[in-house]
Amino acid sequence: MLELSIIMAQVIGIIISLILGVIAYTYSERKIIGFIQARIGPNRVGPLGILQPVADVLKLLLKEVIRPRHANSYLFIIAPILSLAPVLAAWAVVPIAPGLVLTDINIGLLYLLSMTSLGVYGIVIAGWASNSKYALLGAIRSAAQIVSYEIPMGFALLGVLMAAQSMNLSAIVMSQQGGVTHWYWLPLFPLFVIYWISAVAETNRSPFDVAEGESEIVAGFHVEYSGIPFAIFFLSEYINMILVSILAVTLFLGGWLSPFEGYPSIEHYLTWIPPTIWLFAKASIFMLLFLWFRATFPRYRYDQIMRLGWKIFIPVTLLWIIIEAIAIQLNIQPWFNS
Amino acid sequence: MIKKLFKTFILLELLKGLGLTGRYLFARKITIRYPEEKTPKSPRYRGLHALRRYPNGEERCIACKLCEAVCPALAITIDSAPREDGSRRTTKYEIDLFKCIYCGFCEEACPVDAIVETAITEYHFENRGEQIFNKTQLLAIGDEYESQIAADRAEDAFFR
Repeated sequence: MLELSIIMAQVIGIIISLILGVIAYTYSERKIIGFIQARIGPNRVGPLGILQPVADVLKLLLKEVIRPRHANSYLFIIAPILSLAPVLAAWAVVPIAPGLVLTDINIGLLYLLSMTSLGVYGIVIAGWASNSKYALLGAIRSAAQIVSYEIPMGFALLGVLMAAQSMNLSAIVMSQQGGVTHWYWLPLFPLFVIYWISAVAETNRSPFDVAEGESEIVAGFHVEYSGIPFAIFFLSEYINMILVSILAVTLFLGGWLSPFEGYPSIEHYLTWIPPTIWLFAKASIFMLLFLWFRATFPRYRYDQIMRLGWKIFIPVTLLWIIIEAIAIQLNIQPWFNS
Repeated sequence: MIKKLFKTFILLELLKGLGLTGRYLFARKITIRYPEEKTPKSPRYRGLHALRRYPNGEERCIACKLCEAVCPALAITIDSAPREDGSRRTTKYEIDLFKCIYCGFCEEACPVDAIVETAITEYHFENRGEQIFNKTQLLAIGDEYESQIAADRAEDAFFR
């Protein structure tokens, strides 16, 4: 009983810190995109607009939940829950410091891949249950896109798995010990880039946001959603963004490890920085990249997305996995020591 | 062919685009926070109308009706009659601000610089009929903003 309540407290702690993170992230998104467009972003609510996300959340919570008359009410309500639950569940295996992880299972990578893939069901069911042509089109696009990009992403993860010889995320981080040049981004650079682009596509973010392409299909799968169900979709998208950022760091950039390991002169002065700070500092670079991409790139056309996924990413990842296999056989140091 | 392939695979164009937007992240922001900050206005700005007075307090308008005649939107209505001292004055001077197109012809036509368009842009109407400004209101605007009106006219005088 005590054990269960401790686990529940940890779960609630993770969820609350994620929600706070999303609140901070939406604020910084609006500020940074504003800055890139030579605007100043929100500045009315509170000093420097810092209370803007609070106002947004309040607005969303107070709005009426509209259910279209011909929508399938059961599926319509369950869809946002289905999109949020797997994203939250994925956090169970994410290590944020040595030993600081909810469940340290030895197939963490596989579990993560399956959980991030499950999120598409929420979107597909939302599109279907809304009984709206725009929502259905958005859901179809999103499903096709996520299924396509799952494959190169899986191959990129396979590359990490081959290099680390483990599916446990903590073990993957520990196998990258030894400073910035020992991390996997260097030997697996193409996989790293492809992982990141696939991650942007997986989270349905710009420039891969055809699932909610405003100019063509209004808002895609969530046209009919308002109020709290919409807020849940929004929340799951942002939590997913934070998740894939943390994953990119964990798999390719040494997770919680300090980049100056192995440089005693610098490392000596930075030992006071806790590992979690290193993890979030590195992850925030990727979170910034999401916003930067959104402010820079126009939306991909649907057939271009498919071409990129199937004809470029899959062959490139396969090729690099072969190269990596050769490198592992040749025992190239310091990354591969089987 | 190989060169093109190479260019595609190092994502050069995407990085260039990111570089451009990245520079704008630190560029000067051009937003004006409106009620607190305002953009500068030209001395020739054509906003709300006003009727001016001479420094001795006498109203300038002599009811020549040139502004009424020139107004392309027929927004000005003038009635005139001799005053007790025998001078010719308006008894009614109304501008319908819904009809007015703020072209400034009335100001150009006026031989005594009586009707002017000030730089005032912040005004509103709450009831039907309030958009028709009468002589008293126009003179009051002129009295209130005379210093600014005179300064704008003086600044522009060289070009006239």
